Amino acid sequence: MTTEAASDTLSIGREIRLARRRRRLTFVRRLLAHPSFLVGFVILVLFTLTALLADVIAPYAPTELNYRFILAPPSKEFWFGTDAYGRDVLSRIIYGTRVSLRIGIYVVVMTGILGTLLGTLASYVKWLDGLIMRSLDGLMAFPGVLLAIALAAALGPSETNAIIALTVTFTPRTARIVRASVIVVQGMQFIEAAYAAGAGHARIIFRYILANALSPLIVQLTFVFAVSIVAEAILSFLGVGPPPPAPSLGNIIADGRSNIQEAWWIAVFPGLVIAVAVLGLNLMGDGLRDILDPRHSSARDRP
Amino acid sequence: MIRFLIYRLLSAIPVLFVVTLVTFLIMWLVPGDISAEIGGIDATAADLQAIRERLGLDQPLWERALRWYGDLFRGDLGHSYTLNRSVIDAVLERLPVTLSLAGLALLLATIIGMLLGILASVRHNTWMDQGAMVTALVGLSIPDFWFGIVMIILFGVWLGWLPTGGFVPLAEDPVGWARSMVLPAFTLAITQMGVIARMTRSAMLDVLGQDYIRTARAKGMRARTVIFRHALRNAMIPIITVVGVISGVLLSGAVVIETVFSLPGVGRLIIGAIQRRDFPIIQGGLLITACVFVFVNILVDMAYVWFDPRGRDDD
Repeated sequence: MTTEAASDTLSIGREIRLARRRRRLTFVRRLLAHPSFLVGFVILVLFTLTALLADVIAPYAPTELNYRFILAPPSKEFWFGTDAYGRDVLSRIIYGTRVSLRIGIYVVVMTGILGTLLGTLASYVKWLDGLIMRSLDGLMAFPGVLLAIALAAALGPSETNAIIALTVTFTPRTARIVRASVIVVQGMQFIEAAYAAGAGHARIIFRYILANALSPLIVQLTFVFAVSIVAEAILSFLGVGPPPPAPSLGNIIADGRSNIQEAWWIAVFPGLVIAVAVLGLNLMGDGLRDILDPRHSSARDRP
Repeated sequence: MIRFLIYRLLSAIPVLFVVTLVTFLIMWLVPGDISAEIGGIDATAADLQAIRERLGLDQPLWERALRWYGDLFRGDLGHSYTLNRSVIDAVLERLPVTLSLAGLALLLATIIGMLLGILASVRHNTWMDQGAMVTALVGLSIPDFWFGIVMIILFGVWLGWLPTGGFVPLAEDPVGWARSMVLPAFTLAITQMGVIARMTRSAMLDVLGQDYIRTARAKGMRARTVIFRHALRNAMIPIITVVGVISGVLLSGAVVIETVFSLPGVGRLIIGAIQRRDFPIIQGGLLITACVFVFVNILVDMAYVWFDPRGRDDD
C-alpha cells in the first residue's frame, strides 16, 4: 500500500513536470510558427554568427592599411569597397558587429536587472515608490539618447562607458514597465492566497509576482536591444563611443560622412547592416508581444 | 482645465529638480583634472588655478551644488570658456533651428504616419494594410542619422538637387531656408512616422470594431465622415501618447541630425562642445533641451484633456 501511494505521488510529480514541459514546448512552437518572430530570429542568429565568426569570415584584417587601394569602390576583391586608409569596409563591418552585439547584450542584461530591481522595489515598498518614480521621471525628461551622449562625453569614450551611459538612459522606462505589471499581479487573488499560506516575501516576489509579470519585460528588452544597437552607432558616430581605430558600425559611418563626396559605400553599408539587425529585433519583439501579451497593440512603450 | 494646468505645472517641479541635479552631476563624473584639459598643454600652474577657481572646482561638491542652484535661479547657466560668452545666450540663440527642425519633422511624421495608419485600418487585411505596415516597420528600424547621410548622397551628391549641408536663415532667404531644412526634416520624420502609423492603425481598429461605427454606417453616413469624424476622434488618445513620446525622440534626433547636415542648432553646439571639452555648454544645452521636452509633455497632457472631454472639469 505504501509503495502504491509513493508511486502515486511520483506519477503526479511526473505529470506536473510533463505538463510544464509541454507548455514550454507549445510556447516555443508557437513562437517559431509566428512568421515575423521567425524572420527576426533568423536575422539575429545570422548577426550573432557574423560577430562570433568574424576571424573566420572577414576577408582582411579590419585595421590593415593598404595605400594602393585608397577609396576603392566595391569590386570583386573588396565587396564593400575600401576607406580613406585603404582598409576593407566589409571586414571592418564584420568586426564592427562584435561591438554592437557586445554592447547590446550588456545593456539588455544590465537594464533588465536594474529595471526589475527598481520596478519591483517601487511597487513592493510603498514608501520608496514616490522617490524612485519621481527620479525615473526626471531621467526620462532628457529626450532620447541625449542623456547617453552627455554621460558618455563626461565619462570619456570607451565601450564600458557607452554601456553605462545607455543603461542609465534605458533603465527608467523599463523599470516603469516592470512596476506597472508587478502592480497588476500584486492585486491578484493568488498572491493573497500565497500570503495566507504563509509564503515569505522573497518567495512571493520571485516565485509568484515576477514569474507572472515577466512578459512585458521580455518584450521591452528586445526593443532595448534594438535601440542600443542604434544608440551605440550614434555615440560612435559622434565620437563619444568606443574609440577608433577599432571598427564599430557607428565610427565606420562617421568615416563615410567625411568622405561623402567621393565614396558613398563607406557610409551606406554599415548603416544597412544596422537597419537589418534592428528590423530583425523589432520583428522578434512584435512576435513575442503577439504571443506573450495578445491584448497589447504594437508600437507602445518604446524606450 | 485651468486647475489641471496648475496641477500639471506643479508636478513638473520634482522632474525639473532631478533634471538640474543630473545635469550638475555630469560635470562631477568627468574623471581626472578638468582644468588641465581646458587649459591645454601650455597652461601654467597659475592658469590652472584660475580655471579651477572660476569653475569652482576647488570647492567641495555641496558648495558647488549650492552655487549651481543659486546661479540657476538667477537664470545663469555659467560661462563658456571656449566661446567666451554666457551659456544661456549661446544655447538660446541656437534653439530656434533645433525647434523648427524637430517641429517640422513632427508635423511631417504625424501627417504621413496617421494617413498610413488610417489607410491600413480602413483597408484592414488587404495588401494596402500589409504594405503600409511593412513600410512603417522598415521606417522605424532605419537609424535616422545614417538615413540622413544616404539622403545627402542621393539628393546632394548624385542628383545635386539640394545642398549637402549648411543653413540659410529663414529671414534672409525663405527658399534657401526651405532647401536646407527639407532633407533633415524628412529624414527625421521618415523614421518616426512608422511609430505613429502603427499606433494609429491599432487604435483605429479598436474603434472601427465598435457598435456606434456600425450604426453610423448603417444609417448611410458617408464613409469619410465616419472615419474622420467618428472613428479618428475617438482613436486620438493613444495617438497623442505616441506623438508625445516621439517629440522627445525627435528633439534628440534633431541634435544628431544637425551634426549630419551641418545645421547650426543646439545639437551642433553640444557636439562641438564635447570635442572642445567645454562642459558648461554641454550642461546648458542638455538642461535647456530637457526643459523644452518637459514643456512639450505638459502640452501633450493638455491635448489629452482637449480630445477627451471626460477629463475636463468645466470650471
